[in-house]
Amino acid sequence: MLTQILFWLFALVAVGSAMMMVSRRNPVSSALWLIGTFFALAAIYTLLGAYFIGVIQILVYAGAIMVLFLFVIMLLNLGNQYQPDLRSDTWKAVAAGCSLILLALLGRVVGGGLTPGLDERGARVAEQVAEHGAVGAIGIPMFTDFAVHLQVAGLLLLVAVVGAVVLAKRNV
Amino acid sequence: MTNTAPLIPLSWSLALSAILFSVGVAGVLVRRNAIILFMCVELMLNAVNLAFVSLSPRVGIEGQVFVFFVIAVAAAEAAVGLALIISVFRHLESVDAKNLSLLRW
Repeated sequence: MLTQILFWLFALVAVGSAMMMVSRRNPVSSALWLIGTFFALAAIYTLLGAYFIGVIQILVYAGAIMVLFLFVIMLLNLGNQYQPDLRSDTWKAVAAGCSLILLALLGRVVGGGLTPGLDERGARVAEQVAEHGAVGAIGIPMFTDFAVHLQVAGLLLLVAVVGAVVLAKRNV
Repeated sequence: MTNTAPLIPLSWSLALSAILFSVGVAGVLVRRNAIILFMCVELMLNAVNLAFVSLSPRVGIEGQVFVFFVIAVAAAEAAVGLALIISVFRHLESVDAKNLSLLRW
């Protein structure tokens, strides 16, 4: 019961912060509201039993990525003398229509085809977490079954770092 | 520790994921500031992560492994995207998407 109340609380915080993020004119306030969404999502991950993902969400998203965003906003001095960048009312209607249609479609997909109850592999997740701990349950498949994917992700990060330096450098 | 996960119905967390994704889509369509567009894309990635995490007690631990990879890709995307925004800002003195019209017909 308490878990469900907490889920509702954090879900409301997440959706409310997301809407504030979309509607604020100042990019700095947008970024701060988005950090609120990320923290609420980290709490929801923890409520869902994904403890490691919750910690990583705070460390990487709220800690690293959003600091990068705020750093760029302040580097480009977009925090003051910002121009209004909301599109016209036609675009607002188009956006509202698109997102409502998308929401209806997602609701149809999600509500339609899911079988109730835990299946066998799902029941193993709780056992794996109990046996290896929250980090080990993710780390063991990542370094065995998904070893190639992990190395590709590392290579991607390396390329991204080199690319970011080249792009942001003044004279290449 | 292990009995907290099934307490939240799957439909609730998937509905939250769908709502957050729709808010992100609306933000991409409504805003013109390139940095805020990027933030809306990050919000959509997070909505997908929430769907992965909420399905993982039912399908297997691989869902959480995928979330890890999504976070790695999002970090790479943020680094390259913000570098692109900086270099666009040097050329145009603006990050407004309406000024990025070189390839527009």
